[in-house]
Amino acid sequence: MSKIVLEDVAKTFSENKVLDGVTLTVEPGESVAIIGQSGSGKSVTLQCILGLIRPDRGSIRVDGTEMVGIRGRELDLMRAKFGMLFQGSALFDSLPVWRNVTFALTQGRVTSARRMRKVAEENLERVGLDRTILELKPSELSGGMQKRVALARAIAPRPEIIFFDEPTTGLDPIRADVINDLIVSLTEDAGITALTITHDMASARKIAHRVAMLYQGKIIWRGPRDRLYDSGNPYVDQFVQGRAEGPIR
Amino acid sequence: MRGLTPPYYPARLLEQMALIGWFSLPVVGLTAIFTGAALAQQTFTAGSRFNATSTVPAIVVLGIVRELGPVLVGLMVAGRVSSAMAAELGTMRVTEQLDAMATLRTDPYRYLIAPRIFAALITMPILVLIANVIGIFGGYLLSVYKLDFNAVGYLKTSRHFLQGTDLLMALIKSAVFGFFIALMGCYHGFKTSGGAAGVGRSTTNAVVSTFILILLSNLIITVIAFG
Repeated sequence: MSKIVLEDVAKTFSENKVLDGVTLTVEPGESVAIIGQSGSGKSVTLQCILGLIRPDRGSIRVDGTEMVGIRGRELDLMRAKFGMLFQGSALFDSLPVWRNVTFALTQGRVTSARRMRKVAEENLERVGLDRTILELKPSELSGGMQKRVALARAIAPRPEIIFFDEPTTGLDPIRADVINDLIVSLTEDAGITALTITHDMASARKIAHRVAMLYQGKIIWRGPRDRLYDSGNPYVDQFVQGRAEGPIR
Repeated sequence: MRGLTPPYYPARLLEQMALIGWFSLPVVGLTAIFTGAALAQQTFTAGSRFNATSTVPAIVVLGIVRELGPVLVGLMVAGRVSSAMAAELGTMRVTEQLDAMATLRTDPYRYLIAPRIFAALITMPILVLIANVIGIFGGYLLSVYKLDFNAVGYLKTSRHFLQGTDLLMALIKSAVFGFFIALMGCYHGFKTSGGAAGVGRSTTNAVVSTFILILLSNLIITVIAFG
């Protein structure tokens, strides 16, 4: 059974048709990247899967369970399967690093502080950080460190599926590659299913098994990462080569 | 309504009570003492035209407890707290912290809104009671030390005119104002969009809408009580 199945998912905001019948399948343990221009609906796709936005039509199934329309405890149980790395890290400014990392486990409460610090330390180690930052506030960390703390927070509850929203945006190429390596090791070692949205081609080629391109609310191409630069699709060619001239205006 | 069901966050409630109540005390105290003193002076000046200067203690105590205490504290706390809530929650919205919280299986309504609303409901009546005492004291100080009122007589008259229903009205008003202060701060914060400019808009809207709701609900409660 496929891990995630999107069928004909559509979403319109006011007059703006953001998703116009997205169909995509992600297999267990697979890493898929969705590429596309800014505003092409990549983030909305993830938000629909997570139940943060309700699509106007279509079906989203995770492990066979329909996500569209579920609420309350049922949604809560399904969300336990997910981890998400947000584009801007989305760390909670008011909480120290250790409480950010363990937030999914404590649900915001200050419980078992000593044990939670230990859990935070273990997860920070997995992303190459040490215990010296446990008590720091997110604003005291560099952008790259914030990204890694956010990654530690996403993996702390041991999710089955991780979403990465522009994981390398705003990072220099070296730090971006560190994040890419971490994502590859985390997903491959733990067998986590990953769905990444990015417009960083180097990142997409490194972390994804398969790539899909979203354009004007539709998946217009999908294929293995090795075919990204040899897709035969003029839209994909223009996008991956970063050309101003082409069918995309 | 979701805030009434578990899970509850007592630590967050205490934190918000400190932020809304404790840290508002200086500004509330200053507002009350200056207003009480100014009210005493105005009443004395107006009363002297009709040989009615003896009404100063009664008008100060009733004016402060029934109207000025709750309304001015409500407006001051709205300026301090509604704006801060809208700015904080608005920033959390535009930086995706609210979405992150939901994906981490914590309901932002229960974690962020419920403690703020309950904290405002609990602390505003306490703040208003304190402001009432300080406001009456401000009127007393000015009356006794500047207008040469007899200290014991002033206090006796004040006590004589103050009824339990006046205090009850002050408590009801302050709880209603507290509810609007937190509700508007949270509502405008949660529906923020459009980056830093959006946060600015939400903050302004929170304060303006809270001010209007406080003044309107004050009028409605007063008319219902005395109409």
